[in-house]
Amino acid sequence: MKIVTICGAGIGSSGILKVNAERVLARLGIDAEVTAADASSVASVAADAQVILTSAEFVEAIGKTYADVIVIENFFDTEELRRKLEAGLG
Amino acid sequence: MPLPQLPEPAIVLGARADDWRGAVRLAGAALASSGAARSGYSDEMIRMIEEHGPYVVIAPGLALAHARPGDEVLADGLAVVTLSTPVFFGHPHNDPVSVVLGLAITHPDAHLATIAELANIFNDSTAIAELAAATDAVEVRRILGVRA
Repeated sequence: MKIVTICGAGIGSSGILKVNAERVLARLGIDAEVTAADASSVASVAADAQVILTSAEFVEAIGKTYADVIVIENFFDTEELRRKLEAGLG
Repeated sequence: MPLPQLPEPAIVLGARADDWRGAVRLAGAALASSGAARSGYSDEMIRMIEEHGPYVVIAPGLALAHARPGDEVLADGLAVVTLSTPVFFGHPHNDPVSVVLGLAITHPDAHLATIAELANIFNDSTAIAELAAATDAVEVRRILGVRA
């Protein structure tokens, strides 16, 4: 499975989402590749992604996608990530 | 890899800011006086927020201000600013902000270890309140587990 995290520069907050998503996925026993990217490259980076993790500000910029777009409020709350990832991945 | 060191000028406690731009400027000034960035880095961090919105407020009370690596960055660096009066960034869930972390990164690829370390610290939900209440640099370094 491919998961992409999106923020403005592709380094700060998307990096934190990537690190924490990897931790949660490992705990859930889900094998996934998580990539951090900036909003302007979402079309190419996330073309084959199943899930996009981001904050509310980027939903519009992400636009049309086949991926599930999951909005995270507190990037340091691994419980919120777990809950939303589990719901999103069914 | 640990976080960048936090020399005295990189820590500004109980500061006053009129608004979010002022708060980000304090973080930029701290990065400049600690030698991590040029003075123009503040404007770049502000431009990121003007362009993309208040997404840098990644947790309740905490903003992670940063721009891209580039000419304005001189070295990897971290700055910690706490505000005497929290300011609003316009974030739907995580306002108001009392702790602003300023981050300067020289190489996009080398930063993930630094970011992972930030996650290690702030995944503990008490860390933000502890930082906001810190009264001296020694305490800030203890919370973040970094040297001067």
